[in-house]
Amino acid sequence: MSSQDIPEENLPHVQGDTHSSDVTKPAGDPFADPGLPPHEHRKQDIDERAASRSERMVALLFLVSMVATVGFIASYVSIPVDKIVYVFPIGHVSALNFALGLTLGVALFCIGAGAVHWARTLMSDVEVADERHPIEAAPEVKAKVLADFKQGAEESAFGRRKLIRNTMFGALALVPLSGVVLLRDLGPLPGTKLRKTAWSEGKMLINQNTLQPLRPEDVQVGSLTFAMPEGMKEEDHDFQQEIAKAALMIVRIQPANIKDKKTLDWGTDGILAYSKICTHVGCPISLYEQQTHHVLCPCHQSTFDLSDGGRVIFGPAGHALPQLRIKVNDKGYLEAMGDFAEPVGPAFWERG
Amino acid sequence: MSTATTNTPGADAPGRRKAPAGERVADWADGRLGIYSLAKANMRKIFPDHWSFMLGEVCLYSFLIIILTGVYLTLFFHPSMAETVYHGPYVPMQGMRMSEAFASTVNISFDVRGGLLVRQIHHWAALIFLAAMFLHMMRVFFTGAFRKPREVNWLFGFLLFVLGMFTGFTGYSLPDDLLSGTGVRFMEGAILSVPIIGTYVSMFLFGGEFPGSDFVPRFFSIHVLLLPGIMLGLVVAHMILVVYHKHTQYPGPGRTEKNVVGMPLMPVYMAKAGGFFFLVFGAIAAISAIATINPIWAIGPYRPDQVSTGAQPDWYMGFSEGLIRVMPGWEINVWGHTFVLGVVIPLIIFPTVLAAIAVYPFIESWVTGDKREHHLLDRPRNAPTRTAFGAAWISWYFVLLVGGGNDLWATHFHLSINAITWFVRVGFFVVPVLVFITTRRICMGLQRRDKDKVLHGRESGIIKRLPHGEFVEVHEPLSQEQLHTLTSHEQPKPLELVPEVDENGVERKVTGSQKLRVKLSKGFYGEGTQVPKATAEEFHEITSGHGHH
Repeated sequence: MSSQDIPEENLPHVQGDTHSSDVTKPAGDPFADPGLPPHEHRKQDIDERAASRSERMVALLFLVSMVATVGFIASYVSIPVDKIVYVFPIGHVSALNFALGLTLGVALFCIGAGAVHWARTLMSDVEVADERHPIEAAPEVKAKVLADFKQGAEESAFGRRKLIRNTMFGALALVPLSGVVLLRDLGPLPGTKLRKTAWSEGKMLINQNTLQPLRPEDVQVGSLTFAMPEGMKEEDHDFQQEIAKAALMIVRIQPANIKDKKTLDWGTDGILAYSKICTHVGCPISLYEQQTHHVLCPCHQSTFDLSDGGRVIFGPAGHALPQLRIKVNDKGYLEAMGDFAEPVGPAFWERG
Repeated sequence: MSTATTNTPGADAPGRRKAPAGERVADWADGRLGIYSLAKANMRKIFPDHWSFMLGEVCLYSFLIIILTGVYLTLFFHPSMAETVYHGPYVPMQGMRMSEAFASTVNISFDVRGGLLVRQIHHWAALIFLAAMFLHMMRVFFTGAFRKPREVNWLFGFLLFVLGMFTGFTGYSLPDDLLSGTGVRFMEGAILSVPIIGTYVSMFLFGGEFPGSDFVPRFFSIHVLLLPGIMLGLVVAHMILVVYHKHTQYPGPGRTEKNVVGMPLMPVYMAKAGGFFFLVFGAIAAISAIATINPIWAIGPYRPDQVSTGAQPDWYMGFSEGLIRVMPGWEINVWGHTFVLGVVIPLIIFPTVLAAIAVYPFIESWVTGDKREHHLLDRPRNAPTRTAFGAAWISWYFVLLVGGGNDLWATHFHLSINAITWFVRVGFFVVPVLVFITTRRICMGLQRRDKDKVLHGRESGIIKRLPHGEFVEVHEPLSQEQLHTLTSHEQPKPLELVPEVDENGVERKVTGSQKLRVKLSKGFYGEGTQVPKATAEEFHEITSGHGHH
């Protein structure tokens, strides 16, 4: 704002003069509501040519929308569904998706832009005030309703005939039980399902990538191998449920670096088998640090020390990773010496 | 009704020209539905204008877009977990085992022309729906629009936000891909942690052991029928109440508690709001063309023994993810049972975080004891305690969001994940307190500035040299409109405890809740919580004096 815009009387020395006369005026409320400001005309209100320009602009937007819809249909018909194009800067994308999305976007957006432009430039923008009315009912209305309610209640004899009232409450309270009972077959009872996995004594450890039984020499120090029990097949109908509990990770640590004696004993020659299912909320653990023997769950970052009984060293997991006791069988393959000694995966109430 | 229909030609003497067709249709409908009286009340209904009132519109429109695209998707999606082997056109997946749900989602993405676009619009609109609800809720919160008579509508809106979260979760779990399956597994683990009933609920929800073959069809009916049905009802109720209460408005000249100033529904808001639906839809369609979301073909089908790194839920679930990630792994084993506190506590805090903001309006109205209707909005600075609480709540939410993405923060900013986790653990308690204090101070500063502006005028930026050499800045007095706007707000006084002995010497019982209320009231409105606004006397004194600039 330039200095010309400041009225001269606002400048300090002038101000003093004008306001000295104000003091004699009665001190009214200086913050009184001046009421709605007068309507300011837009260009379109006073200049018909500007209004026509706006009209043409709105029409143009609607026309662009029509063209875009035609473009949408044309893209749908002409672009093959599997065509990939390079679009700078987003990269390789499906040509059909890109064309359909943009044409649809333009078609819709222009309708909206046209309507809004129309409303803002050509429709009346005079602000008007509407009265509000209290939400609460007038006292006489309230009195009438209460009297009606009382009469209705009396006519029903609800308060007087207690036997009806009590039995009705009883019946209404019981009847939803049928609905609850019907939910029983949603699933089986837990039983010991969460305590058992597909591992049992003598089952060989099958490499998940090669589907071959693992030998000790297949497992190198620093490697991470995933295994499943012998006899399990991907096409089994319960494969997902079983692998959700039985998934195994196998590492090899120099026996001298294993801190816990039981951990060493339950493995064979430094080969250790742990449940792959995180004891926090059940994500499969997959990040292994060779040097520290730590595994990290990528979901919630629980970190376990495999050289120390799968102990939790960081993160939200509540207990160590269960270790599977393994040995080398007569044929030279790794095999389980039984199921896990404790339930795998997340903790639960009955786990104990 | 009579006033609206008296001059319809149909009621006139016969022999005159027949009424136009549109009017005859309207007459027909009026005779059955009473549309004229409905239109009388609403056709020229006044809505105030402000950009922040569009946030609610974004919610409504994205909800409609979700329903439209969702219906389309159900035509092609197979909500089944039956195993199948993929033989479609997407080469990298040929021969892969997957569920029908996953295969049909791949099919929608690669075989159905435009299917990918509709899927992406559906998912983008869901993210925008939740974000818009969040912002809309904050607008309502910070302006005090939740006050009487709108408390019920606040709760409806809150329920929509919560249900929106769960509809989103059940929705993105449907493709049965590796990412969403991991999210479902997390949900199962969280359910298992619930004392006594956890294992039973899990078995009943999944129809047996996780993952089983039931959860996709079950989630499907929850996602497309149960939750949207409830939400649609709530949206309708929300809208009816908006119309019934009439919209709130910001303070300003000519705006009072007894009126609503703006422009009529027909034609201005029909064009503006109707047009805005197309703007939102168009923008989402364009985003869906440009930015791929949830590329399940790159993620792969779910296997409980596989996972990808950087697994994240959709953003609105992020704060619950933060809770579960930063909680220490407490686990107590007694009497043969396990208390999985490390999971149960986040599970309890999750609804608590949400409830904290939901119940605030009721706490405020109890503390103030204000029973009047409020239709004029507060400027956030004029309600420092509320604004500070809201800001603290947002900071709480965002600290947890940081916790939910701690791995991404670590990899993107080269930070230690342990340090971030610890920051969130401490920040969960500390950050909201700091934000509360800071925000309240900022509000007070802004109030002080308003007061200065009222009393001394606007700084014009013009330096004037007086004849004796002194330099002064010229202050321009505010207009009457501005003076009114800056001073029209109320400044509540804190409640006082009634004396324990009344004027007749009779002892009065002061309950604990009264004491608490007075204490809170002092905290809300007592000393040091607001800057007394400019009074008429101050204004007269300063404006009549000399050289106060």
